[in-house]
Amino acid sequence: MKSSIFAAGFCLIATTATAEPPVLTVLAYDSFTSEWGPGPAIETAFEAECACDLRFVTAGDGAALLARIQLEGAASDADVVLGLDTALVAAATETGLFAPHGGVPSVDLPVAFDDPVFVPFDWGWFAFVHDKTRLAEAPTSFESLAASDVSIVIQDPRSSTPGLGLLLWVRAAYGDRAAEIWKGLADNIVTVTPGWSEAYGLFLAGEADMVLSYSTSPAYHLIAEDDPTKAAALFEEGHYLQIEVAGKLAASDQPELADRFLAFLLSDAAQSVIPTTNWMYPARVAEAGLPAGFDTLISPESLYLGPAEAEALRGPAVDEWRAALAR
Amino acid sequence: MARSAGALNGGGVAVGAALILLTLGTLGVVLWRAGGASLGPADWAAISFTVVQAAVSALVSVGLAVPVARALARRRFAGRGLLVSLMGAPFLLPAVVAVLALLQVFGRSGIVNRTLEAAGLPPVSIYGFHGVVLAHVFFNLPLAVRMILAAWQAIPAERFTLAASLGFSARDIFRHIERPMLRETVPGVLLAIFLVCTTSFAVALTLGGGPAATTVELAIYQAVRFEFDLDRAAALAGVQVVICAIAVLAASRLVRLSGFGAGVDRVAARWDVAGKGHRLIDEAAIAGAAAFLLVPLAFIVLGGLGGLSRLPDAVWPAAMRSVAVALGSTALCLAATLLLAIAIVRQGAPRWLETAGMLPLASSSLVLGTGLFLVIHPLASPEALALPVTALVNAALALPFALRLVLPALIRIEAAHGRLADALGLTGMARLRWLVLPRLRPVLGFAGGLVAALAMGDLGVVALFAGEQGVTLPLLVQRLIGAYRMEAASGVSLVLVTLTFALFWLFDRAGRHADR
Repeated sequence: MKSSIFAAGFCLIATTATAEPPVLTVLAYDSFTSEWGPGPAIETAFEAECACDLRFVTAGDGAALLARIQLEGAASDADVVLGLDTALVAAATETGLFAPHGGVPSVDLPVAFDDPVFVPFDWGWFAFVHDKTRLAEAPTSFESLAASDVSIVIQDPRSSTPGLGLLLWVRAAYGDRAAEIWKGLADNIVTVTPGWSEAYGLFLAGEADMVLSYSTSPAYHLIAEDDPTKAAALFEEGHYLQIEVAGKLAASDQPELADRFLAFLLSDAAQSVIPTTNWMYPARVAEAGLPAGFDTLISPESLYLGPAEAEALRGPAVDEWRAALAR
Repeated sequence: MARSAGALNGGGVAVGAALILLTLGTLGVVLWRAGGASLGPADWAAISFTVVQAAVSALVSVGLAVPVARALARRRFAGRGLLVSLMGAPFLLPAVVAVLALLQVFGRSGIVNRTLEAAGLPPVSIYGFHGVVLAHVFFNLPLAVRMILAAWQAIPAERFTLAASLGFSARDIFRHIERPMLRETVPGVLLAIFLVCTTSFAVALTLGGGPAATTVELAIYQAVRFEFDLDRAAALAGVQVVICAIAVLAASRLVRLSGFGAGVDRVAARWDVAGKGHRLIDEAAIAGAAAFLLVPLAFIVLGGLGGLSRLPDAVWPAAMRSVAVALGSTALCLAATLLLAIAIVRQGAPRWLETAGMLPLASSSLVLGTGLFLVIHPLASPEALALPVTALVNAALALPFALRLVLPALIRIEAAHGRLADALGLTGMARLRWLVLPRLRPVLGFAGGLVAALAMGDLGVVALFAGEQGVTLPLLVQRLIGAYRMEAASGVSLVLVTLTFALFWLFDRAGRHADR
């Protein structure tokens, strides 16, 4: 505490004594900016080359970012918003608060993604994660999951981005049969949690055989905890893709710096820290390749709905989900 | 002196007005920003689920609390004080921590189901309506026990002495002394718990097992955070306030003042319940409640010990911030509560004052936070004000609990000693200092402990305002879980729970020191 007060004091003295460097304010979700996320490394690397002060402002998750920026409107101090996902891109574009980016390097995503406003910085497949020592034979599709007595815990699509991703996944895989699939899954679902944290916590506590998470989740356990027991089940209908994006705000008072930051996000310096801090795939694989351990992960077919389609499906898909699970 | 009495009353009215501004005002700001509003069938389903689960949770909590409070009121044993303090802990737990602890006992691989399995019996599922009620009883039973116990101990010892000299049986004592006390106390306790459960969301959804367990608060969260539908959020928050207002009115109609007359503040000796049968009932009640409340707590401690070696450096600054928020919140809340209670007790006090004191319970902390955010954002950086705002909002949110504890005690003090004090011309600050504060001390200590603990556990407001800096312990737990660091998170949770409980215990102890 004491040291942080001192540090704050020094910063104050430093900023008043010398000419102030320009400040770039980036609004990002919690786990991105925390000391375990990519935030600190990206901040250091960008500040080393921009002669600026990069400040992160945080909000809970992707959805909270969008709500926050809508609350603040054009009066927002933020220059860049980082961490929206493709299911939110259409709604974000519609606010009119974002401005086109000034051109960025090409990316390696499993699907084509070219947006004039938003820059993808990482991506992942949604997947059901299980413990191989507790569940030897994982289901290979939604249908085999529904037919089995394997228990799952999922997130509420009304309050969580993975939860919404699952709805879009079932929709993308089964179209109009989605309601039927959900009816089949109803007895496998132990419970629905408000967010990812509660669901993952319940899974680790042994409350369910599988949890809706990302295909990269086992990499955390393997690399950070040296625990090879977690795996993602490979579904033959393909896995829905989540692409996380960043965008520049139209009302930014540092538009050039914001453009530089968006381009920097796709540099090797930023992309190489993503896999083992955000536990997602980098949008552009750095020259050194992916970290060891990522080769053990599943590589499924990709399912993906564009922002406009995802936005249009959201309301009806939530109603369909709620009706199928109403007991 | 008359002038200072006027100042005290004026302060109470100001507190009442401030609470209305903070709760309804923020709602108004959100509504103003939004425009019109309408509710769909899913919202109505959420409203009815919310009311039913809250009512059942309140009834079960109070139903179980009465025998436990009675047992604690009439038994003295070694470690009783510690048990009473420890049993308050579940109320103080952050929701996620408490749910995981409950699941260690009642979950699919919890000890209950493992025991059933070993005995060859089918497993029971905690997920569903009963799970929601179970969790809410776990959270609120301690509060109910403490509130009812306080009322039990407030019965003048002279009444029991008189009853014993008249040869009253336990049944007679219940009819003439305890039942009137319960009629006076229980509606307020029911109301407090009903209102707490009304605004529950993470617990209700997680244990409810599916979207059918959607509460109004979850619908508000969804509307604000995911759909940015402020119209709907404000409309739902309005419904929540209406539910609260109806419950407050209903409870105030149920309350009958019993008029116990005066005593000289002594602890009652109970000759009527010395028999073996009564003792067995009391022992069963105490043991049952202790097991139900303390076993999950033991799991939190066990789970957290492993994570203690992985505590991040950020834990200590976060702990300092949390304690600072808790202490600020407590000071603010106790001062406001005292002013408000004094103003309510005064002759001819406006009736809306007491309702204003209960309003924060029904307010959605999300709407409150969003409204404050809209007000503050144009004027100052929300990050810079994160901790003061968290302290302020939690002081307001906890005020109803403090008021429920302080008000009945103050009414009793005034009924017992008010006339003498009036005759002596004891008014204003002197009355507060010589008559009110010494007698309120146990209640203020307990209330202070509760407020501190609730503010320590806050996640709703701080999450909306906090930036990169200014992380509190609950926020740190959330960020650790978000970064897959479950072990470190349970370590930090243990630090949080320990500090919370230590604060609570210190306040409670300081108050009960006067409990001769």
